Amino acid sequence: MLRLTAGRVGGLLSRRTVAAFSFGSARMASRGHDVTEQADMSLPMYCDRLDTPLPDRPYRETLSPADKSLKQKEKGPWNNLSKEEKLALYRMTFNMTYAEMKRPSSEWKTVLGGIFFFIGFTGLIVLWQRFYVYPPHPRTLDDEWQSMQVKRMLDMRVNPVEGFSAQWDYEKGQWK
Amino acid sequence: MFSAVLRAGFRSLSRTRANHTAPLAVRCYSHAEVETDEEFDSRWVTYFSKPDLDAWELRKGMNTLIGYDLVPEPKIIDSALRACRRLNDLASAIRILEAVRDKSGPHKEIYPYVIQELSPTLQELGISTPEELGIDKV
Repeated sequence: MLRLTAGRVGGLLSRRTVAAFSFGSARMASRGHDVTEQADMSLPMYCDRLDTPLPDRPYRETLSPADKSLKQKEKGPWNNLSKEEKLALYRMTFNMTYAEMKRPSSEWKTVLGGIFFFIGFTGLIVLWQRFYVYPPHPRTLDDEWQSMQVKRMLDMRVNPVEGFSAQWDYEKGQWK
Repeated sequence: MFSAVLRAGFRSLSRTRANHTAPLAVRCYSHAEVETDEEFDSRWVTYFSKPDLDAWELRKGMNTLIGYDLVPEPKIIDSALRACRRLNDLASAIRILEAVRDKSGPHKEIYPYVIQELSPTLQELGISTPEELGIDKV
């Protein structure tokens, strides 16, 4: 590793610096035209978080002339501002209000629907298995065979003390 | 600290407890000094009262304060709102009130109390509450 020649390292570095310059622009050239702009993470970012009431930068930093004049008016007494102006100042600095941040979503319906869908799909797979995967039905599970098997177990006196045959009344020929 | 108000009936009891600082405990609790509620409050009021507080310090202070497991006392909020006034930032003042309401969580009686205590300041500085602006509902 340490024995990389200076030429090799220089070649690597020159390729890296070319790539680094393209990072300054918003798009990655290799990805094509359908990429959204990537935020510059080296600058303070705005966030709507309940636990961070005052984010690192205002929501809107490029202001129209009307906004700028309102900002000037903000430097005077706030009692002179109308409700609409106060609201406009709030929306300039913040994107969502706390109520909007805390609004409930309908995601639970999607989640529950997805759960039921996949349970149903699994049921279809199990049904298919029943017809295409299970081996042939064993004849030892037929009612006729089972009754013959029970008779044989009783004739053999299987568990006559406290178990199987103990439940059979041999005089009357029926279960106790 | 605001947690004391919730124990409304025991407020006097908590005050007298704070005055008796002689440690009689024999158990292995930490021997670190515990800051009283009053010291905490006055520390934060002093922080926001700095005349040349800049916007970053206001944001840092407010975000830190909201990070604590308590609802700030009205006097701390008053100091912070005055700092917003010095910085000509009405939006942050309204945001602070929203944050106080959010911090009180299920205890719905805290926020109206805070607003009631702050109403002279709110009127003096001209800060509208989120309810007056209609942004407390979606």
